[in-house]
Amino acid sequence: MLDPRLTIIGERLKSIGQIIVVSSGKGGVGKSLIASTLALILARKGFRVGLLDLDFTSPTTHVTLGVRGLQPSEDKGVVPPEVHGIKYMSLIFYLGDRTSPLRGPEISNAFIEMLAVTRWGSLDMLIIDMPPGIGDLMLDVLKYIRGARFLIITSPSRMAFETVRKLLTLLRDLGAEIIGVIENMKMEDSAHIRREVEALGERFLGEIHFDGRVENALGDVDALLKTDFAKEIEKILEENVMWR
Amino acid sequence: MHEWALAEAIISAVSQIAEREGLKEVREVGLRIGELQQVDREVLGFALSQLKSGKLSNAKFTMRTVRARFKCRVCGNKWLFREAKVSEDVKESIHFIPEVAHAYFRCPRCGSPDFDISSGRGVWISSVRGVK
Repeated sequence: MLDPRLTIIGERLKSIGQIIVVSSGKGGVGKSLIASTLALILARKGFRVGLLDLDFTSPTTHVTLGVRGLQPSEDKGVVPPEVHGIKYMSLIFYLGDRTSPLRGPEISNAFIEMLAVTRWGSLDMLIIDMPPGIGDLMLDVLKYIRGARFLIITSPSRMAFETVRKLLTLLRDLGAEIIGVIENMKMEDSAHIRREVEALGERFLGEIHFDGRVENALGDVDALLKTDFAKEIEKILEENVMWR
Repeated sequence: MHEWALAEAIISAVSQIAEREGLKEVREVGLRIGELQQVDREVLGFALSQLKSGKLSNAKFTMRTVRARFKCRVCGNKWLFREAKVSEDVKESIHFIPEVAHAYFRCPRCGSPDFDISSGRGVWISSVRGVK
């Protein structure tokens, strides 16, 4: 018995310039917010951008983007709706407000199904928001998405970085391409994370300070893009020449 | 309908198998269609007939439906998808991503969402026959 979906995934992703996987070893460090804001900034700059929320059990990018009343359309597959210039895909379209208690093999199956049926078309960049940790989905992304590049997010916490260190080690061991590490929610001056990242031989891309205005800007993308949070992401983006 | 996307995946997979097995022509492809995904067999058959080409031009696709069965991981109860009362909206969601069944269904005996889809989830290629 052969699962036919596995052979079509490469075909579905072949017209995408770059696939950027936003991940962290720890939850609550701002992955989803950074992934969504990054997609918004890139779309405003004129890039053709897609955003895929792979946090199947706790998706949240739709909250940041204020996605309401939208559904993918059907044309020989599933065509993601456009949200603020971003082609957007999330399990939320099929779940509504319901929770989805999924075990590992089910998460893998949902992932394969989504990649096999979603028709992204031609994109400059696909941003993937990952669930926290080094679990089934991380292994699936490494297995099925060739050429994925990993953007790692940490907070200043040594606890968060402890998990990030493990993630970086795994990605390096598996030969994955690591773009670099962003330190988010910075509240005090400290070069601790920068030193740790550089000691591992990886790129420290920059820091984003804690911005209390972000919470009230969730769902309002114009307000979000005016926050210092978004401006700092844009600065990191420019300093690193779009990471190319 | 995303039957076209599934058909594309089937054609791509069978082409790879034919290449690997050194088949000059594919004569028959056996498919197992899981009941849970509620694939429209007519649409899938039509899509396959439109998409097949080259070594697959004369291939006949046979489909067999596999009943969707659930088994509760908490109390061990077993039940069938066809026994569940499901609205059209929910059916539509499950059609696209069958795993969302876990968001809509509960074990009829103990109420747990922690169940296994023991059979009849999606589409599988069960056999490929052809001429070398």
